[in-house]
Amino acid sequence: MTQDSDSLQGYANTVDAAGASRIQVRGLGKTFVLHNQGGTRLPVLQAIDFDAAAGECLVLAGSSGAGKSTLLRCLYGNYLATEGSIRIRDGNDWVELTRAPEQRILQLRREVIGYVSQFLHVIPRVSTLDVVAEPLQQRGAGADEARERAATLLARLQVPGRLWSLPPATFSGGEQQRVNIARGLIGGHPVLLLDEPTASLDADNRAVVVALIREALAEGRCLVGIFHDEAVRDAVATRLLPLHPPAVTEAAPAGKLAAVAG
Amino acid sequence: MNDTNASAVVRDEHYNFGYLDESTKRMLRRALLKAVAIPGYQVPFGSREMPLPYGWGTGGIQVTASIIGSDDVLKVIDQGSDDTTNAINIRRFFGRVTGVQTTERTAQATIVQTRHRIPETPLAQGQIMVFQVPIPEPLRWLEPSETETRTMHALAEYGAMHVKLYEDIARHGRIATTYDYPVMVNQRYMMRPSPIPKFDNPKLDRSPALMLFGAGREKRVYAVPPYTSVKSLDFDDHPFAVETWSGCCELCGATDSYLDEIITDDAGGRMFVCSDTEYCATRQESGETGANASKEAA
Amino acid sequence: MSRTDPHQPLLSVRGLTRTWDGVHGCHDVSFDLFPGEVLCVVGESGSGKSTLLQAVSWQAAPESGSVRYDTREQGLVDLATLSDARLRLLARTDWGFVRQNARDGLRMRVSAGANIAERLMAVGGRHYGELREVAGTWMEKMELDLGRLDDAPASFSGGMQQRLQIARNLVTHPRLVFMDEPTASLDVSVQARLLDLLRRLVADLGLAAIIVTHDLAVARLLAHRTLVMQGGRVVESGLTDQILDDPHHPYTQLLVSSILQS
Repeated sequence: MTQDSDSLQGYANTVDAAGASRIQVRGLGKTFVLHNQGGTRLPVLQAIDFDAAAGECLVLAGSSGAGKSTLLRCLYGNYLATEGSIRIRDGNDWVELTRAPEQRILQLRREVIGYVSQFLHVIPRVSTLDVVAEPLQQRGAGADEARERAATLLARLQVPGRLWSLPPATFSGGEQQRVNIARGLIGGHPVLLLDEPTASLDADNRAVVVALIREALAEGRCLVGIFHDEAVRDAVATRLLPLHPPAVTEAAPAGKLAAVAG
Repeated sequence: MNDTNASAVVRDEHYNFGYLDESTKRMLRRALLKAVAIPGYQVPFGSREMPLPYGWGTGGIQVTASIIGSDDVLKVIDQGSDDTTNAINIRRFFGRVTGVQTTERTAQATIVQTRHRIPETPLAQGQIMVFQVPIPEPLRWLEPSETETRTMHALAEYGAMHVKLYEDIARHGRIATTYDYPVMVNQRYMMRPSPIPKFDNPKLDRSPALMLFGAGREKRVYAVPPYTSVKSLDFDDHPFAVETWSGCCELCGATDSYLDEIITDDAGGRMFVCSDTEYCATRQESGETGANASKEAA
Repeated sequence: MSRTDPHQPLLSVRGLTRTWDGVHGCHDVSFDLFPGEVLCVVGESGSGKSTLLQAVSWQAAPESGSVRYDTREQGLVDLATLSDARLRLLARTDWGFVRQNARDGLRMRVSAGANIAERLMAVGGRHYGELREVAGTWMEKMELDLGRLDDAPASFSGGMQQRLQIARNLVTHPRLVFMDEPTASLDVSVQARLLDLLRRLVADLGLAAIIVTHDLAVARLLAHRTLVMQGGRVVESGLTDQILDDPHHPYTQLLVSSILQS
């Protein structure tokens, strides 16, 4: 499933198929300005270029502080890019995320870009089943249908049924993470961003997540993820994107990983 | 009972006809014309100091004084009766300041001033009822601010009145208001018909007579022109209903009039008789009887 | 039901300025609000956020600027062109206004049921049984004991009064609700319950809402978008998660960094 990207050929409006480009990033830079620390400037991303296509799992690699999480958050609109362009394909249209109105970004999050954050954002009083079902309901599914699908996913991720009616606030780290993954996968988003989805999981559950990721890729989804666990990374990655603290990077196929520093 | 007669009281020429000066009467008549033009709408007027305190009918007296003419025939009742102290005093007052004929016969009166009842005898075109009103504002219980209630009337914001009826039903199982029952006049303004029993509300609806309402202390007049719709507020599933009695008037046998309960002795004896004394007496004169035709209420 | 076009703003505010002394208040505020969207206005005391809410809901005429609302019958109208009667009707049917102190938004000596049903009576509801039933349904929706339908809110706790006020406002299915610090007067433990209720109601009823708050956690939980106000002006606006995770303006950064992590 490895693909060479033809990103440098420019933007292409392609029909939905494996290999169809889904994300196009050009010259992306992100610098934080900390006004309350005397205006300190913190450059984290610089001149990032890459493409990602349907059926690909692009893994961000690099040391801590290299900007991996930052890049994911930029792709989600959670962080605002300081410079450059991020284009996401929505059906037949390309959307320039850095200039999209807020309503458009909200619509993209509902229907196109899913995000599995590193830690579950806990909302009091909402049951696990409803936490997971919510993204599917926001896409228009009925409550019962969404809950059924949520149950299937939770079962797959080996979250015990007796926990489904409880809010996940008191769950273990691993349980919360699996709830988070279920919530991220359920919506069927064509693009999925994953931030350390297996960090707290045992080998058994990691295997489940790997299988789910593979299924997602087979369905033609485009994944961009951060995986610290090398075994998981090797099992799912189709390409690596090495990142360094403000240095120019470019995409390299998985086989060249060993040759890249950091 | 007295028929129409020339006033037993001699007109005192020191008073202007009708007691009020002419410009006051004109001001009041203008207010009344405006009130008639906007059925149910409260029109402010310059209420004068009258020779009796507020709360004793100064509004009704001023309305009557402004419209009465020398050929009018005046009837005054208080809770249906022509011979209570108040009715007698007001009738005598008008005798002194106008010298007009007075009567106890509803059918012969041109102006009927009343406190707390509408006569049982149906009114005819050309007759005028003048009501004495304590509180003219139906929304006062809810909203103490005059500016706010005026705005509510202007915008027909009457939902709050139904809140009161809702509360009654929630608390007592039925609408508990039995007098001064709020009505919608001409499908536009909400009005208080003065403290008449709800039994009398239907008499206001499309009556051939002109109904005038005067509140002296509050300085407002309002009116219901003849043949105007007056609908008592209710709910679809708790419709407006009048009082009923299981018996009849024990003096005249009437089953269609509002009955008062009279205590007859210290042993707890009681009887039910028509509140409208003229109606009762008229029926008795024409031979109708109830159970206690021989005993007359003192 | 309504012919609300999801691509047309429900509320359009341009250059809104309202002060009570020429200086203090809100200055030159502009934003759009779409159907079903929740907007939070955050700021500290004196930021002008409450004045903004008063001005947007046309409870006080602004000195300059415009507010346009997409009415059900006439489409987009400039509120300045509406008569008093029309505005009051709008406020009673298509809008809701939840005040910080529930006592200011309720009839304290009238039963809970009558409080909820009043708006329906105001627009012609004349069937006692049906009114009572609707009121009862809303009591349950707001997690109020149905057995207290005939009790006056004077005997309710603060949290219950606030929930009753919300029910009173929602009974006519308004499309837009204004809320001024809805949880500020409540104990912390009670706030969570109310916020969860609001969150679910907004989603279930497709409500658009403008919520003024000093509490960023309320914004995080309820709002899609957030405006940050300081000294009467909007200093930053954007998606709530972006504002809180990647604040740009110095004041926003100060606000966000001041939250104590629980």
